[in-house]
Amino acid sequence: MSEPESGPPIARRVMLSMLGLGAAGIAAAPFVQNGWERVLGAVSQHDPTGLSGLLPNPGGFRYYSVTASVPRKTAADYRLEIGGLVERPGTYTLGDLRALPQTRIVGEARCTDGWRVPDVPFAGVLLSDLLDAAGVRAEGRAVRFTCFDGVYTESLTLEQARRADVLIALDMLDEPLTHEHGGPVRLYVAPMYFYKSAKWLSGISVTDKVIPGYWEEYGYDVDGWLDQEA
Amino acid sequence: MTSTAGSTRRPESLLRRFSRGERLVHRSIATLMSLCAGSAACLYFPPLAQLVGRRHLVVVVHEWSGLLLPAPVLLGLASRAFRADLRRLNRLAPYDGQWLRAVRRGTPGPRPAGKFNAGQKIYAGWIAGAVPLMTFTGLLMWFTGALPAISRASAIFVHDVTAFAIAVVVLGHIRLAYRDPEARRGMRTGSVTTAWARKNHPQWAEEPGRRRTDSSKCAPRCSGGDASSHAEGR
Repeated sequence: MSEPESGPPIARRVMLSMLGLGAAGIAAAPFVQNGWERVLGAVSQHDPTGLSGLLPNPGGFRYYSVTASVPRKTAADYRLEIGGLVERPGTYTLGDLRALPQTRIVGEARCTDGWRVPDVPFAGVLLSDLLDAAGVRAEGRAVRFTCFDGVYTESLTLEQARRADVLIALDMLDEPLTHEHGGPVRLYVAPMYFYKSAKWLSGISVTDKVIPGYWEEYGYDVDGWLDQEA
Repeated sequence: MTSTAGSTRRPESLLRRFSRGERLVHRSIATLMSLCAGSAACLYFPPLAQLVGRRHLVVVVHEWSGLLLPAPVLLGLASRAFRADLRRLNRLAPYDGQWLRAVRRGTPGPRPAGKFNAGQKIYAGWIAGAVPLMTFTGLLMWFTGALPAISRASAIFVHDVTAFAIAVVVLGHIRLAYRDPEARRGMRTGSVTTAWARKNHPQWAEEPGRRRTDSSKCAPRCSGGDASSHAEGR
């Protein structure tokens, strides 16, 4: 059978061009990415429709939940339990936490999925204050966090947990934390990737060793330092 | 749906366009692409993410549907009809330039095309390049640090931008199919009417091999014919 159609191999050329463009994109990414994010951030800030949320890197937060739905908690029914290897296990209401000395940290929220939001103010109680109040026993080495979504967990070593930039956050962007952002209370671990900053925090338990958290069971770094990779 | 052998005087004369294997390839890719793009939307778009949640399950669906996306094409290579159509898609015939010019100017004049028009050829090549690019960058995000020379941020950047381009292009593909029921019927049943083929793919409808098959089966003036005779003729 003779070829019914002949001529230059257009599809192959388009395919190879696309692959070449992709390789060029990977090479150029470190240089063009910031500009791209700035453009998308500017677009999403002047967008009453919210459709720019469809764009990659909309310059804002994205909503992540590992469960189908998360119960809503308010000041009336929110409780934070502290237990494990401590001298004085206890329970805090939202009012109790608001009554403690508050610390404000302005930091970056950076997700492993490539989006980041710079200069986000978080405010709340230093985790180290709560640990001191509960009295960590000598065999305590790490802290495990549980959440009222019923599934998510996180972990820090005791040394990390005592840092001055690790917060039990009650406010974000100088407003009380909303449910979508993990309210009424979430963890904020400023020097680490945002998956370490567990949302909907309901339990703090001191343990004798690090128990890997939810995403860490799926291969994420247990120590999610921001400066490990760009 | 298809005419029986020998019945050349039906009110609707049909041409065989796609074999069962080719349609299966298309349907499998469409299903996988829907899963992959749908799960991507649930990971990306905040209202959908809030509605669906279950992030780990959605991630697994996205990863595996994406990884399997090229599989129907590779399996389809076992089909002679599929390989023949890939060859047709690859070649830019002289009249394809005329088609492209006509489309670019939006003129109503003749738009010559073989079995596939120039737009379909470019679409096929583009998506064949875009999917491996998504697979490659996706695997780099999945297995972080597999290639230390490429940062995760770079892989994500290319994955995101290409995803956006694919969304636009595939939605365009679906829109064109939506506007042309006869083209959809060709992909659904494997056959199209001769009238549609003459209008949209005249060079294919008038191919010499095809006409010879027809004239051997029916009266000299008849260039239509039934589906089964074309299946043999090809």
